[in-house]
Amino acid sequence: MSVLAPSSATRLFATLDGRPADTLRAHLRLRGAPRHRPDLLDEVSAAGLTGRGGAGFPTAVKARFVAKSRSRRRVVVVNAMEGEPAAVKDATLVVSAPHLVLDGAQAMARAIGADRIVVAVAQDNPDTDRAIRRAVGQRGATDEVAIEVLNPPGRYVAGEESALVHWIAGGEAVPTFRRDRPSQLGIGRAAVLVDNAETLAQVSLIDRFGADWFRALGDPDAPGTALFSVWPARQGVCVEAPTDITSRKLLDAVGFDGVVSGLLLGGYGGTFVPADLLDTPLTASALGPFGASRGAGIVLAVPSSSCGLVEAAAITRYMARESAGQCGPCAFGLPAIAEDMDRLARGLDHRALDHLERRTAAVDGRGACRHPDGVVRMVRSALRVFGKDAERHASGRPCAGASRRPIAPTPDHTGAGWR
Amino acid sequence: MRSIAHLRVNPIACDGFGHCAELAPELVALDEWGYPVFLAADGRHEPGEVPARLRRVAEAAVAQCPRRALLLDPPS
Repeated sequence: MSVLAPSSATRLFATLDGRPADTLRAHLRLRGAPRHRPDLLDEVSAAGLTGRGGAGFPTAVKARFVAKSRSRRRVVVVNAMEGEPAAVKDATLVVSAPHLVLDGAQAMARAIGADRIVVAVAQDNPDTDRAIRRAVGQRGATDEVAIEVLNPPGRYVAGEESALVHWIAGGEAVPTFRRDRPSQLGIGRAAVLVDNAETLAQVSLIDRFGADWFRALGDPDAPGTALFSVWPARQGVCVEAPTDITSRKLLDAVGFDGVVSGLLLGGYGGTFVPADLLDTPLTASALGPFGASRGAGIVLAVPSSSCGLVEAAAITRYMARESAGQCGPCAFGLPAIAEDMDRLARGLDHRALDHLERRTAAVDGRGACRHPDGVVRMVRSALRVFGKDAERHASGRPCAGASRRPIAPTPDHTGAGWR
Repeated sequence: MRSIAHLRVNPIACDGFGHCAELAPELVALDEWGYPVFLAADGRHEPGEVPARLRRVAEAAVAQCPRRALLLDPPS
């Protein structure tokens, strides 16, 4: 049976007779069997695939680092934790194309010589968990490497790769200090490769259809399609689009036609940018000058009727709650910054801007992981983009949108603990 | 060429005892919460860099940290 490679920008979400190919049978009819290329990492490298979890690091380079490890055993961890409250992409992907993710994990395991695959789905994500377990059950003995599904606590930093590996190895889901970078992650004596679920789904498409096909869409520096979580209102929508799409086209795709005062790009550790960037491609070269990146694919529109500072303050409060509390500057600094942001947003403190300047500098780069750095980036960008508002707020005259409930979701999952 | 030694901190291990800032005030200050921040020793060095004349001071601070959180790279 011959299968045509998808020619549109709907690759991961290609359908069979108008329905998601979520069963093994439909998946194989739609996409054909995996090709099992012996030179998979060369093909992934030629494709220019970059990680879809947020950091955007070249996938083949990361895999080769683990492949050349002296450990005799290797493990592939599929990161489907989706700790970003504004991210809906990995849940959507796993529900509609679970076998593409699992094929990618098998392909990667073969490429680096792993004999164990762990799929990590957060405890508070039952739909994703059910979908992936059903898919694993359908595959049975056809897989070379056994697949386990594990459920770490659904905390923001639990999906950070050192935290994830620490939990799988029997510890708490908190980041660990790594003296050397790049450093090898390990579970017992096994070397570990952690890849985002979408990244592995893309690997499986590259295995099937090749690097040239992959590169036919998107930014030449980081080609292909990517999944975006687009927030036109209080509900995020997952959209697959070429990596050089603009925010405006993504917002059009989900039916948003309101006026925006700014955009939050990347995630909660990402960057607010002004509405002038609606027509800027979401590529590293176009966003770099604004300190922004596609990150984990979040595009949250701040409507002009809302207050960007209120959004940023709510996100800061959430991020402070989600500190693992291990590093002093993060454990004490983030709540202090959240308090400053609250007081600024409510127009209560004319010194809030000075405090924020000093405290963001005090916290930047001082954690074992990048959690505090992300908060600093997000807060500074909010003060830049909503700078005029910030001065009015600081002088005790908050804008009209300040009384509106924030759009950005900030769930409280502190009850989940770290085990 | 020998690379210059750097002070680093394991922020998870550090509990803010502050001994480092007392023992090596030229190299370490404390933030508003009592955790160490590296200083530039002089106009020719970056924060965290340890000039040869302060090597012994840095080693003493590393040795005295009750949490073994202060590190010197490359280790002495």
